[in-house]
Amino acid sequence: MPELLLDIQGLETQFKTPDGIVHAVNGVSFGIKEGETLAVVGESGCGKSVTMLSVLRLIPSPPGKVTAGKALYQGKDLLTMSDEEIRHIRGAQIAMVFQDPMTSLNPVMTIGKQLMEPLQLHLGMDNNQATNRAIELLEMVGISEAKQHLKDYPHQFSGGMRQRVMIAMALSCNPQILIADEPTTALDVTIQAQIVELVKRLRNELGMTIIWITHDLGIVAGLAQRVLVMYGGYIIEESEVKELFANPSHPYTLGLIGSLPRIDDNDRSRLFSIEGMPPVLYTKPNACPFAPRCKYVMDRCWKENPTLEKIGPEHKVACFVDVKNGRNR
Amino acid sequence: METQNEVLLKVDNLVKHFPIYRGVFQRQVGAVHAVDGISFDVYKGETLGLVGESGCGKSTAGRTILQLYKPTSGSVDFQGVDLATLKGEELRHMRKKIQMIFQDPYASLNPRMTVGDIIGEPLMVHNVATPKEIEERVADLLNKVNLNPAFASRYPHEFSGGQRQRIGIARALALQPDFIVCDEPISALDVSIQAQVVNLLEDLQAQFGLTYLFIAHDLSMVRHISTRVAVMYLGIIVELADRKTLYTNPLHPYSQALLSAVPVADPVVEEKRKRVILEGDVPSPVNPPSGCRFRTRCPIAKPGVCDASKPEFREVDPGHFVACHLV
Repeated sequence: MPELLLDIQGLETQFKTPDGIVHAVNGVSFGIKEGETLAVVGESGCGKSVTMLSVLRLIPSPPGKVTAGKALYQGKDLLTMSDEEIRHIRGAQIAMVFQDPMTSLNPVMTIGKQLMEPLQLHLGMDNNQATNRAIELLEMVGISEAKQHLKDYPHQFSGGMRQRVMIAMALSCNPQILIADEPTTALDVTIQAQIVELVKRLRNELGMTIIWITHDLGIVAGLAQRVLVMYGGYIIEESEVKELFANPSHPYTLGLIGSLPRIDDNDRSRLFSIEGMPPVLYTKPNACPFAPRCKYVMDRCWKENPTLEKIGPEHKVACFVDVKNGRNR
Repeated sequence: METQNEVLLKVDNLVKHFPIYRGVFQRQVGAVHAVDGISFDVYKGETLGLVGESGCGKSTAGRTILQLYKPTSGSVDFQGVDLATLKGEELRHMRKKIQMIFQDPYASLNPRMTVGDIIGEPLMVHNVATPKEIEERVADLLNKVNLNPAFASRYPHEFSGGQRQRIGIARALALQPDFIVCDEPISALDVSIQAQVVNLLEDLQAQFGLTYLFIAHDLSMVRHISTRVAVMYLGIIVELADRKTLYTNPLHPYSQALLSAVPVADPVVEEKRKRVILEGDVPSPVNPPSGCRFRTRCPIAKPGVCDASKPEFREVDPGHFVACHLV
């Protein structure tokens, strides 16, 4: 088994708010191997983006603070290294694509300038080299007549093209890991299909390691090899992708899959819905965070928070109940 | 499903252009062809899904039907009355029967009004109930959308997205309308909450015999909720058929590409699926392509045919309409 490229151990992140301390991430541990595609799934506020931002030290502090944990990249802890060191890793070795292509580009800088900036900063290229590489990058992400487009400003680009530019920028320094934070959520389905196809092609060509944050289980099914399901700042299920869809073992995962209508499904049965709302945690819970919405809930669920346990070779789940028979696991 | 085919609403060649003004004298230099001649019927008690990508004109179509925008031309026949010709008091009177649920539950509720005032306002402006009756009706409506009637004195900011959308639904129901335009009512909500709201909309439809025009870009949800589905592209309807036909046998190349682009939450199915990946983006509605509007992105477009004339929106099978030269 190859060594883990990125190894997160017991990560905790909190935010100070006027209403109290919000426990956004509560002891999250996972690893990713080289060349693997990992999907992180969950609804808004489950801590999926905050986890990744914490790893890259992009949490605004204050109000946010990483209070515990380690994030080992090639054996070095990203959370304790100096600002200078992390700056060499961020963007160069671990790159991130953000959700909203409309706001993550600088509106007063040309596309070319923005693409060349990391090349000159991280790789020390001169103007000519950077220009050539920028053209190459734009062509790689499928933007034709790249040379003319270098002088364009972001407002001249459509949403799909901007997201391509964001991906080109993230790839510019040949990063080992690409973290994509809901990169297609703001886009239409036909454009989303273009972007997913592009990422798949680049993954095969460049052998990149990808962490894809999303709430769309459909994209997960077509793209990922392994999946983390998050809820209330915890990883509640971790599994190989086919195993997860064939055998979802946390009541929340089961509910998420059940509440999705499928485009290839003909019967018009009622959708399964999870009653209630996701929690905001002002204290670290000593019960299962999903207990108030769970239909399998037992006495024990209110007394202690289940930990992530192995239930199969590639499958871990944090739940006391075996959803197949409703009994204690 | 289709027990009676009584037409409730008949849209005929509806057009909405937004003029563009330029220069010192604010001369009109062009127009955004947001909706460019759409025709369809909505049957009583059905849900007609209207799908398309952003900017295709589906929301404008919904708003123009309700006369929130004045149509440029065309007619909207509702229970024998052409809404497009109505004005003032007559139109206001008709609004009791046609209501709307908006997309953004954060922007469509007045933050300075209590929930009770928001839901009771339509009753007050149409002068159909006394203050005491309004209070009772509001409590009843809150019950119907599965909210606690005690919430009537609270303000919108105290509620989550899903709860706000329920408030919006209660407001739309207040005047007991016959027809509701749902403009992307679930796209701002989380997955587990979407199912709650869709189930509620279905329950209410069964209970009150409502007719919905359900505007959305989520094709799987539209398949779930709709009786018939219309696909829009750049201001026109390219295909209209009953739900099953459209999803199993789409004829227009755009419908085919749109359906194949939607990911399925099943890794085994995803491995085998073939995608039609469309090139490029939707052209600008200010200057739409000549002939067939889809020809610039169409994988099977034929020069000399598709750019020569507009394809007619014709019935190829009973109830199955397509606008394509090559079908």
